[in-house]
Amino acid sequence: MSGAPQGGAANAAGGLAYEEPLIFEQSRPGRRGAELPRCDVPEVDAAALLGENLREDLPALPELSEVEVVRHFTRLSTWNAAVDLGLYPLGSCTMKYNPKLNERVARLPGFAWAHPLSPAAEVQGLLELCFELEGFLAEISGMDCVTLQPAAGAQGELAGLMMIRAHFEQRGEPRSKVLVPDTAHGTNPASAALNGYQVQTVASGADGVLHPGALKAAMDETVAALMITNPNTLGLFEDHIAELCEIVHAQGGLVYGDGANLNALLGVARPGDMGLDVMHMNLHKTFSTPHGGGGPGAGPVAVKRVLAPYLPTPRVQRGPDGRFAWRDDAPHSIGRLHGGHGNVGMLLRAYAYILSLGAAGLRRCAEAAVLNANYLLARLRGAWHLPYDRPVMHECVLSDRALQASGVSTLDVAKRLIDHGYHPPTIYFPLTVPGALMIEPTESESLEGLDRFADTLLQIAEEARRDPALLHGAPHRTRHRRLDETRAARKPVLRWTPQEESA
Amino acid sequence: MAEYQLPETLRYTREDEWLRPAEDGSAVVGITDYAQQQLGDVVFVELPEPGAVLQQGEACGAIESVKTVAELFAPVSGEVARCNQELAQRPEAVNEDCYGGGWILAMVPSQPAELDGLLDAAAYAQHIADRE
Repeated sequence: MSGAPQGGAANAAGGLAYEEPLIFEQSRPGRRGAELPRCDVPEVDAAALLGENLREDLPALPELSEVEVVRHFTRLSTWNAAVDLGLYPLGSCTMKYNPKLNERVARLPGFAWAHPLSPAAEVQGLLELCFELEGFLAEISGMDCVTLQPAAGAQGELAGLMMIRAHFEQRGEPRSKVLVPDTAHGTNPASAALNGYQVQTVASGADGVLHPGALKAAMDETVAALMITNPNTLGLFEDHIAELCEIVHAQGGLVYGDGANLNALLGVARPGDMGLDVMHMNLHKTFSTPHGGGGPGAGPVAVKRVLAPYLPTPRVQRGPDGRFAWRDDAPHSIGRLHGGHGNVGMLLRAYAYILSLGAAGLRRCAEAAVLNANYLLARLRGAWHLPYDRPVMHECVLSDRALQASGVSTLDVAKRLIDHGYHPPTIYFPLTVPGALMIEPTESESLEGLDRFADTLLQIAEEARRDPALLHGAPHRTRHRRLDETRAARKPVLRWTPQEESA
Repeated sequence: MAEYQLPETLRYTREDEWLRPAEDGSAVVGITDYAQQQLGDVVFVELPEPGAVLQQGEACGAIESVKTVAELFAPVSGEVARCNQELAQRPEAVNEDCYGGGWILAMVPSQPAELDGLLDAAAYAQHIADRE
């Protein structure tokens, strides 16, 4: 990448929209953003103190003034797509609005300044909140015990599978396989493989859900667990879930629930009641904490009593005197999974969300999420191909099949949506649908907002028929035109290289 | 329906792979024209280790494209004799010439009867049509 301004002296890419070079490219030797005060303690000889640990060469950090740094990151921040700017229909990610009340609660000084190593006596309020949040999540999921430690859904899966493995090892009958439906998120087989399990894919039926017959054929006493997502990634409720769980349990196996799509069930149905033994919940999806720029998330795991001895430590407990403490006297625990006690800032936000909605509000949230997805589906039926045309839960899957005659693909549609002001939905997933567009509007959108999005998708289908080249060339209204994703993947440039190195 | 090249001389699997018996008793394996068109631009191919002993249907590698990652399955049981190491540098060979330079691995089948269970070009074409 060149450091030369591309839009005139001010780097303007148009109006007051800015292009921006890397911060390293803006570095000038000796430029400083801060000045240290005069030393008011006796100086010591660093070389004598540190010996061979003293660095002789300085780290190659960029050198800029304060205002340059502020402008750099503020300009980059204007490039963000965010749920605070508009509908963000990224299927399976539940990009719901994050209420500002959550932020206020998380910033209360008593919480914000708590240290992970604070003595329990000094953070009783925070411990009580964690204890109560565990209870809320157990109640919502229909499980018995909860750990708040895992930092994300994938780490929750890892924790769940570690507990399952510990359970079978403890019983002296280690098992070798984990079953995963073909609609699963890729993290499911990865979590199983990381625990040393052989992963066996089970095909879902023509109606998009897993059938007892297919599961029975794959299930035997070498199978430790079935990992299932309900509703699944097609947005379909797994109608046979109770029978599926019975089939697994009959052979001594356990059922892991991927909670990615829990938003559809909140306050309506509980995975624990369906027969699931362990599940993770994505607080950054269902419970409105920020997805952030890749983090931090939070993926608490809820278990039935059979797996409770294996929960990560330390665990928060309430003593007979009503005081809270951290306990790690659990000999069969899989141990610690996260520094401190998990991403506590996320736990605070989820707690605020659950309390502000209440039980009835959580249920209304699931109902609205399901209604919104079905409304979109109804508006798009006819103009778009629906691979599974039946009532859906919180998300719906379209495909590009109806556009194929004009040579327009799902990728073209995704890029064209950017021109219309929408972040594209999840594309080419789930893998069982060629050319999939997976749309999850969430409960946050108003009827008018849903109509605008549906109108846009109908317009794009019309554009595809009338002017395929318009879509092949999209996006047209962005700072950069379509990026060469193939070249980026085949010849990735993973780091900035100083000029003297690259010369 | 799009057009796909399906050479008559090859055997096919329902997982969109082809297999060509070679004179030395080994069998060359790759993915079909349909598969490479569905995947789009291939950017990375993860190969099994030569010498690996595979069961028919066992996952033994992965093909990553800009759209997705697809698993590679052993079309028959046997030992991996060699892999197309050139794909590390030129994964695009899978798109350019999936039945030639884009071959993926060669294996020595241990259950010759399994070969008879694979599809011929006409049956595989029907399998594609059923899905479309």
